[in-house]
Amino acid sequence: MDDGRIGVHGPASLLPLSLDRVVFAAGERRIIDGVSFTLNPGLRCMIVGPNGAGKSVLLRLCHGLLRPTSGAIRWNAPEYDGAPRRQAMVFQRPVMLRRSALSNVVYALKIARVPPELRIDRAREALRKVGLESLAASPARVLSGGEQQRLALARVWALRPEVLFLDEPTANLDPGATHEIERVIEAMHTAGTKIVMVTHNLGQARRLGDEILFLHQGCLIERTPAARFFRHPQSREAAQFLEGELPW
Amino acid sequence: MVVARRAVLTLFVALCVLPLHAQERYITVASTTSTEQSGLFGYLLPIFEQQTGIKVRVVAVGTGQALDIGRRGDADVVFVHARAAEEKFLAEGQGVKRFPVMYNDFVLIGPKNDPAKIAGGKDILAAMSKIEAAHAPFVSRGDRSGTHMAELELWKSAGIDLDKVKGPWYRDTGQGMGPALNTAASMNAYILADRGTWLAFKNRGDLQILVEGDKRLFNQYGVMLVNPDKHPNVKKELGQQFIDWLISPTGQKAIAGYKINGEQLFYPNANDASA
Amino acid sequence: MNTLSAAGLQAIQLITSADPKLFEIVVLSLKVSLTAVAIACAIGLPLGAIIAVGRFPGRHSVIVLLNAMMGLPPVVVGLLVYLLLSRAGPLGAMGLLFTPAAMVIAQAILITPIIAALSRQVVEDAWGEYREQLRSLGETKLGAAMTLLWDLRHSLVTIVLSGFGRAAAEVGAVMIVGGNIDGVTRVMTTTIALETSKGDLPLALGLGVVLLAIVLALNATAYVIKESAIRRYG
Repeated sequence: MDDGRIGVHGPASLLPLSLDRVVFAAGERRIIDGVSFTLNPGLRCMIVGPNGAGKSVLLRLCHGLLRPTSGAIRWNAPEYDGAPRRQAMVFQRPVMLRRSALSNVVYALKIARVPPELRIDRAREALRKVGLESLAASPARVLSGGEQQRLALARVWALRPEVLFLDEPTANLDPGATHEIERVIEAMHTAGTKIVMVTHNLGQARRLGDEILFLHQGCLIERTPAARFFRHPQSREAAQFLEGELPW
Repeated sequence: MVVARRAVLTLFVALCVLPLHAQERYITVASTTSTEQSGLFGYLLPIFEQQTGIKVRVVAVGTGQALDIGRRGDADVVFVHARAAEEKFLAEGQGVKRFPVMYNDFVLIGPKNDPAKIAGGKDILAAMSKIEAAHAPFVSRGDRSGTHMAELELWKSAGIDLDKVKGPWYRDTGQGMGPALNTAASMNAYILADRGTWLAFKNRGDLQILVEGDKRLFNQYGVMLVNPDKHPNVKKELGQQFIDWLISPTGQKAIAGYKINGEQLFYPNANDASA
Repeated sequence: MNTLSAAGLQAIQLITSADPKLFEIVVLSLKVSLTAVAIACAIGLPLGAIIAVGRFPGRHSVIVLLNAMMGLPPVVVGLLVYLLLSRAGPLGAMGLLFTPAAMVIAQAILITPIIAALSRQVVEDAWGEYREQLRSLGETKLGAAMTLLWDLRHSLVTIVLSGFGRAAAEVGAVMIVGGNIDGVTRVMTTTIALETSKGDLPLALGLGVVLLAIVLALNATAYVIKESAIRRYG
């Protein structure tokens, strides 16, 4: 029976996810240069770092959009080609199909092989969770930036993923819309989804994060609980980063 | 799902277009552009259809191509006007028997100002010699049609070796009768044409008939059933019915009845054994 | 009066007189070309989309070949189809030569490369935008190709129209495989060719104007539908 909670599917959990000396090179340049860590269920994980640190690439490597040049990326329970995905990703710019908002969510459910009779209800419920139920019939592409990003979240929420990767989801949004998005992310975390998010917004990282992964020039420099990271970063690079970036 | 729907729709539309062979009785006749463009078939075939219920589908191309269509078995009957080529067709075993049907004549067309000075002449060979001597512009069909073969015969009979004397004056167009006449009209050139197409032709420009009536200009039409032994798909009964009708008194009378501006184009001569 | 104004008058006369023969020819022309376009789309659109999103050895050669085949001369296609469908040819037993079906086949062969090559370009141009998101959702390559075809439907309408235009305008292929048989395989373009060769130039031009008017009307309708849909769906 599906009570909406994550991680009670039956088969073994996807997590822990472990990266072992992962390298990603584009030509000569090493964008990710020997990164190793393990992600366990529970803690909301924020990935921060200066521009060009490789944060987006790291996220895509974890999600499976990119393959490492060397090193290993291991999930606890492997995902098979063609099986419905149990981890999802929200991009900085949401990509919607030329259909209604509801249809976009239903489409994702179709790919996930959710039985046809369940799709519309699940999709409506997801739209309700993000506050978009009144726009269900609107063409997705005419929605505002904030609404489309909320729709992207509704789309992944309907999939009940075990892990959700987010790549700077509020970078293009105003504070009001940003707040809405953060609220939804929180709700998904409460429902059991592991959150792994890249952000440039340090306030956001502080608000949402339990732990910080600090990336610099393709290397994982520091991994610290969030509260301590902002007060007493352990690495020199992190300290310099916070100095330069701190707006408050 | 979308793909399946589209496939079904396509099939449905395609079936609407495909002809329903079973219902219609018809034969395919390979004939010449001059016969078609003279309007004879438009006049004759409805009469035949009314009397027999058989529809005749005419594919009108040059004589050479018409006989080739017969050789491939793509027609049931061939109806052309080049005796030598027809005899060859029979000799190859491609046709059953040749029946003469009718004749019309060729006329030598030319510009009003007549640079070769042949107007009013009764001797076609003399006229063509004058054209060659003057190197006056002359348009040839050049397409292995009955008209083209007749033209080549006339040059030969006049003792002219075309390959030796060919020059810019001789325009080998490779076209049907109508297009060739168009070309001649625009160039003010001489051209050999069948009377039927000329009478129906509207774009005359400065051209007019300059030489006619010479017996050597007579153009004999023959009809043959494509050999069903070589091509089992030939509709031999229906095809033979068409041939029989053409040479019957009814058919011959119908042929004579076709006129343009009160002038008869084709002269039935199925009785002439030498034709 | 000169030929052009005579042609204009003929065109008006033809349209207003509602001549049944002309009507029959127009209907056949539309049937043949629309059926050919439908077949070409059924094959060409998925083919173009799959090549656009797929990655396989020889892909670039396939794209170059497809683009080159857009320039297939209609008369050559007609000749090849004629040799195929002739009684003396491999598919002769089907008895399709000199029928509208043969014309549909020839035109479908002619325009499928156009539909495929152009849709390949359109889908590939958009693939950059959609690729990560669709892969992230777990969509297969084939599923992505089909999804994109529907999502890009407004751009594809123009491609379909250009395919139809090419089919409706060609005369070389349908002349050879159809035989221009009166009442059976005579379409607008072959009628125009026939009247030209008979020297009736005003009539030929008049028919040409009628053909243009039909194609124009179709394009205008499609444009209006497309624009209103774009406004609605974004």
